Amino acid sequence: MSNLRSLLLVLLALGSAVVGAVDPEEMADPALQTRYRALTHELRCMQCQNQSIADSPVGLAGDLRREVRELLQQGKSDDEIRGWMRERYGAFILFRPEFSARNAWLWLLPGVMLLGGGLIGWRVLRQRRALEPLDNDTPEDSA
Amino acid sequence: MSRFLLPLGVFAALVLVLAIGVRRAPEKTIIQSVLLGKPAPDFVAPVLGSPDGARFEANAMRGRWYLLNVWGTWCAECRNEHAALLQIKATGKAPIVGLDWKDQPQDALQWLQQLGNPYDTVVEDRDGRIAIDYGVYGAPETFLIDPRGIIVYKHVGAMTDEIWTQKFLARIEPTGARPSP
Repeated sequence: MSNLRSLLLVLLALGSAVVGAVDPEEMADPALQTRYRALTHELRCMQCQNQSIADSPVGLAGDLRREVRELLQQGKSDDEIRGWMRERYGAFILFRPEFSARNAWLWLLPGVMLLGGGLIGWRVLRQRRALEPLDNDTPEDSA
Repeated sequence: MSRFLLPLGVFAALVLVLAIGVRRAPEKTIIQSVLLGKPAPDFVAPVLGSPDGARFEANAMRGRWYLLNVWGTWCAECRNEHAALLQIKATGKAPIVGLDWKDQPQDALQWLQQLGNPYDTVVEDRDGRIAIDYGVYGAPETFLIDPRGIIVYKHVGAMTDEIWTQKFLARIEPTGARPSP
């Protein structure tokens, strides 16, 4: 039992070591630290592109984390900080895509296709149902 | 016959959308700057290697075309574009302001001494704040800024003679033909 426990402790320690490996910077205020964590995980590292700035070890990601910390300390809201980043790097830096005129079709297309597919399915079913009585007819009648 | 028309139409539309996507794929690896058509962010920064601590103001460049070239001695591609930058300087068409990004001043000075100096002014951006304001995500990057202080073009990657003529000079001195985007 104690073996299992120490194994778990070791695993936990390893886990937190991995999480803290790239970003050792902590904010003193725990509430700000929580927001800092969340924000840096949803901002894209523009150099490596498939990592968030929280996970990336490159210099620019570190600089952007510093900016996030400073903006938080200045009392900026999460939306203001996202906007600040978007003004400089475009919507591409946001991992959580926003609804805009340009990508509206992407958001709406699935709904439209579902509706269209449903409509076609409904019409096919209705036609089949209308056909059924004919199956019982004698060949002479249908000819 | 008509029962095949709708699926065929949908299929044709899908092919069209995917074909456009594939055709435009190469330009997707380069992220369009959101700053195009917007005023170049102003900054005041120390001039590289200035003994009296002189500072450079971006606003002082109003009234003429200029290039803002982001580089650093740690950047391999910057070495590759250096000859092209020297060439641009030789044409005298537009001054180049160098932004020495996250670099050591003594390294930068040594670099310019060895390779030649294509810049009118080089400013230091040691903590990378100016680069962030310009949405820079890698070096080298070169901005073309018009006399009103508007960013009209940005090139990501090494400058070449071709890019200079086709993308930059064509905008500075339009010859009637529209420059390629």
